[in-house]
Amino acid sequence: MDVTVDGKLVHAATGGRALNPNEPAVVLVHGAGLDRTIWQLQTRNIANRGRRTFAIDLPGHGRSEGPALTEIGEIADWLARFMSAAGVETATVIGHSMGALVALEMAARFPDRVDKLCLMGVAEKMPVHPDLLAAAEKNQPLAAELIVFWGLGEKAQIGGHPLPGLWVHQSSQVLLEKAPANVLFGDLTACNGYASAIEAAARVTCPTVLVLGRDDKMTPIKKARPLAEAIADQRTVIIEKCGHMVMSERPNQVFDALKGFVF
Amino acid sequence: MVTPKFLKFDTLSLHAGQQPDPTTGARAVPIYQTTSFVFDDTDHAAALYNLERPGHIYSRLSNPTVAVLEERVAALEGGVGAVATASGMAALFLAVATLMGRGGHIVSSGSLYGGSHNLFSYTLPRFGIETTFVDPRDPEAFKKAIRPETRLLFGETLGNPGIEVMDLPAIADIAHAAGLPLMIDSTFTTPYLMKPFEHGVDLIMHSLTKFLGGHGLAIGGAIVDSGRFDWQASGKFPTLSEPYDGYHGINFADEFGTQAFVMRARAEGMKDFGACLSPANAFYILQGVETLPLRMQKHVANAEKVAAFLDAADEVEWVKYPSLKSHPDHDLAARLLPKGAGSILSFGVVGGREAGRKFIEAVCLASHLANIGDAKTLVIHPASTTHQQMSAEALAAGGIGEGMVRLSVGIEDADDIIADLKQALRVSQAEA
Repeated sequence: MDVTVDGKLVHAATGGRALNPNEPAVVLVHGAGLDRTIWQLQTRNIANRGRRTFAIDLPGHGRSEGPALTEIGEIADWLARFMSAAGVETATVIGHSMGALVALEMAARFPDRVDKLCLMGVAEKMPVHPDLLAAAEKNQPLAAELIVFWGLGEKAQIGGHPLPGLWVHQSSQVLLEKAPANVLFGDLTACNGYASAIEAAARVTCPTVLVLGRDDKMTPIKKARPLAEAIADQRTVIIEKCGHMVMSERPNQVFDALKGFVF
Repeated sequence: MVTPKFLKFDTLSLHAGQQPDPTTGARAVPIYQTTSFVFDDTDHAAALYNLERPGHIYSRLSNPTVAVLEERVAALEGGVGAVATASGMAALFLAVATLMGRGGHIVSSGSLYGGSHNLFSYTLPRFGIETTFVDPRDPEAFKKAIRPETRLLFGETLGNPGIEVMDLPAIADIAHAAGLPLMIDSTFTTPYLMKPFEHGVDLIMHSLTKFLGGHGLAIGGAIVDSGRFDWQASGKFPTLSEPYDGYHGINFADEFGTQAFVMRARAEGMKDFGACLSPANAFYILQGVETLPLRMQKHVANAEKVAAFLDAADEVEWVKYPSLKSHPDHDLAARLLPKGAGSILSFGVVGGREAGRKFIEAVCLASHLANIGDAKTLVIHPASTTHQQMSAEALAAGGIGEGMVRLSVGIEDADDIIADLKQALRVSQAEA
């Protein structure tokens, strides 16, 4: 589905189902340099469990018009405007990595518009390695390679994916490479510059689930713990043999984590 | 500067796509010899059928043993995913049928495996799909043959049996400028010798029967997707970018992005055409893939020695092997195939068709049969076998003379291969 936000076209995948305004809404927010299709093993799944589902392309990503926004708070404000444009008053917001920071900030800024919050691959801070930032600034393929190298757990580097025939390594790499020039750099800069996670977490009032990969090198579990402790009503699910790209690497375990919470 | 330390090719050949079996701890890939897989509950069953959750339903669609092979081939090629099929020909048909229907058009190299040539020339036209054949050495000819209804450019990394080298980067640029994908049959070179995706190719097909298996035990095929072609932007591929009634209006490009092609190929093609690879054959082929790097090194080393021998032999009129300086594609081969130009070569025996017949009937170590890429050395006379349905003109256009012999050099001791060829060449020149 397409809607217009701030005069720009915004695209979201809806899981192959017509949107039913009587169903509770779920909004999925992707991470840096990615797009809606990173949720390909969740979107249909959630939609077919009676949820009005929006896997969005953030501005400048996927099929949404640019320019991309480069500050987490700014993106959170935009997300609220997207929900209004899509006719959604309140939603369960699920975010991954940079998208998790956006979801967190959204829940802090607009507590009456987020009924539940799910944060995947998240940490109190997301400093970006200077080599990665430099490669992204130069739009070098190395940037995507480093994200795949650090982002996928050791199991995923070898494979054995539950989706028959999927080589998740290259799938992640190509998706990152498809981002328009400067978009990944802008996203990483947004992550690097965001220092309000603990403060935002303290303002979150809705039930929250953190979904973390045991072997996550980009947002290690120990860096997520202070964030979890700052949220009043939260539980944490740790997925074994899994890196940062939890929903790509271990979709069945993510399904179990969402079951009973989101659907 | 940090550099990513990804697993290397030789390691991926042994490990990609497999975790030790979680139930038994089996280290080897188990043969999951079963037609079907139990569901957790009705919700799980419905989710699998609706492409909501990953997993196996029925071995025509996917199977855990076959899936290891698919993932391994995708990893070795650097693709986002792969679908294995009952044979290389099944892979080719699956790819074509996923991309186009009635009214579609293909621009193809004229130097093709005979089965592929037959499919394009005689079978696909019955379903309303036409093909224009062009010289694989002439990128401009591909460009000129493109029509509004063209949906695919196709060729082989090394032509069969003329061993022409396609200028993949140039032809990929032509395809992309026209909003079209380039698909390559990479059977002769395998991902060890060349990774076509690095040269702009969008889709790869393999006959896994050949070098990837390497043992001549099992027939299989695969299609691999680079994930880089933008089906939506092209606007020429409604099967991938528009709703499909077969799955309640699913739009593969919208929902699966880089996986759109392989998801559609499996969801529709494996379901409806059913040319699936058996788990036992996938297991056999996996045994071969484990040693692919070692075997390809030996294949190439032997082929270079055999080519040099044939090139110097008085009984041989000509030799086509891209590593030879006399080959017109020598420089291109050096650029695209730095590890070697494979182990298939063709040559003409002095004395034409009759001398060729005598040669083939005189070989002892080499086997006269319709295959290539076996660990054993193989020979065939294309004009009377693999390419016999082609007209004299098409044979000539494909570079196939009546006396041509195609040789697939194996990994025996090179001296023994050469000794066998030497005695057979002597017999070929003997008077009746």
